[in-house]
Amino acid sequence: MEHLELFFKSVFIDNMVFATFLGMCSYLAVSKKVTTAVGLGAAVIFVLGITVPINWLLDQYILRSGALEWLGPEYASYDLSFLSFIMFIATIATMVQLVEIVVEKFLPALYNSLGIFLPLIAVNCAILGGSLFMQSRQIASIDLALNYGLSSGFGFFLAILTIAAIREKIRYSNVPPALRGLGITFIITGLMAIGFMSFGGMLTGGDDGDSGDAAQVIQIGTPPNTDSSGGSALNYQSPEGTEQSTDSEEVNEEVIQEETN
Amino acid sequence: MGLLSKKDRALILDPLTDNNPITIQVLGICSALAITAQLKASIVMALSVIFVMGVGNIVISLMRNMIPSKIRIIVQLVVVATLVIIVDQVLKAYAYELSKQLSVFIGLIITNCIIMGRFEAFALGNGVWRSFLDGIGNALGYGVILIIVGFFRELLGSGTLLGIQVLGDPIAKTGLYSIGYENNGFMLLSPMALIVVGIIIWVQRTRSPHLVEEN
Repeated sequence: MEHLELFFKSVFIDNMVFATFLGMCSYLAVSKKVTTAVGLGAAVIFVLGITVPINWLLDQYILRSGALEWLGPEYASYDLSFLSFIMFIATIATMVQLVEIVVEKFLPALYNSLGIFLPLIAVNCAILGGSLFMQSRQIASIDLALNYGLSSGFGFFLAILTIAAIREKIRYSNVPPALRGLGITFIITGLMAIGFMSFGGMLTGGDDGDSGDAAQVIQIGTPPNTDSSGGSALNYQSPEGTEQSTDSEEVNEEVIQEETN
Repeated sequence: MGLLSKKDRALILDPLTDNNPITIQVLGICSALAITAQLKASIVMALSVIFVMGVGNIVISLMRNMIPSKIRIIVQLVVVATLVIIVDQVLKAYAYELSKQLSVFIGLIITNCIIMGRFEAFALGNGVWRSFLDGIGNALGYGVILIIVGFFRELLGSGTLLGIQVLGDPIAKTGLYSIGYENNGFMLLSPMALIVVGIIIWVQRTRSPHLVEEN
């Protein structure tokens, strides 16, 4: 059940592209044709499914504060979390290289279809973003981390497939000249993102829906409903107590504003 | 302008308009959209990117003859990651609230395509001074879009600029609010960033028709 919830949350509610804008660059650049979009989407699922669990292990046993305790009690006070960026990106770059070699050797058919996308993926924001969100949302176990990687990859796949299909069709429409290409793609993506926002209520239930809605308006940098006020059944927790308290203050202000209006 | 030749000036000014990283080159969009609900966050993000790009381009340009081309991506990533860690630690030390708001998006500067794109396209093949100018120019072009989007989203969404209420007090109903104006909370939600950027692209391409793409 936990897994199913995490899956729905990662694919629909916190969709990489529509809620957090991760991987936008490749999403815009590689979405002109459905076939290439499918290739990139598959590669993203693949790489996220590998790198998120590995980075979870790194985070759990090396980086986070107190993680080095398994080396001996004198290491318990070390906090290496400031190194997480460089460790994560190094893991991703090496894994991508490794995956490329292995796939080329053993699965030439898959290699041909993923083709040029694998090396590009090392610098895809979606991949690093997946690991960073995995860290900041404090995913509890390695199987959940694997699930999170695969399902957010699937969310990206879904997004890039739909936009590619729409862009293939839009070629036949009469778009204002200045909006052609990039402009209209941005606006369509915005409309699709508004559509995906409606999934937001799916998992929050009715328990604390009010504060959740108000928090959506305030939050920046995080997608709707990622903080602890919504979806309390999940393992997501706000990393810091301070963040929660400031959030609720802002929420209160917002509620007051709405009421007085 | 004895310091900058005409060519050098073009390196800085082009990315602001006709070769803008976001609206023309389609680079670095991920972070541009997610953090623009407030002007302050946009400005901090723009400054961080200017720092990372300026210094990063210098470093890569200095090392350009020593980097074996096979492993250049990973070298570039290490350079950027180091600079981003510096930015992140400084923000955590001096602007903790803001760094909480920007959350993972500071980290995502590492994979910001502008940085890798300019390393590949420019710093690997040009001298230090020109690379530095190119980095600053592109980061400024990125920052300008970020600040425009942040400006409109904060002004229309919460009626404030940098946290100061410029349209009057919504609770006491002063200023614009006294004649029935309401904040459009929708502007603060993430999809509106996309639509605002779409509109910026529309305006820019209407003004300079040579940028219009084929469908």
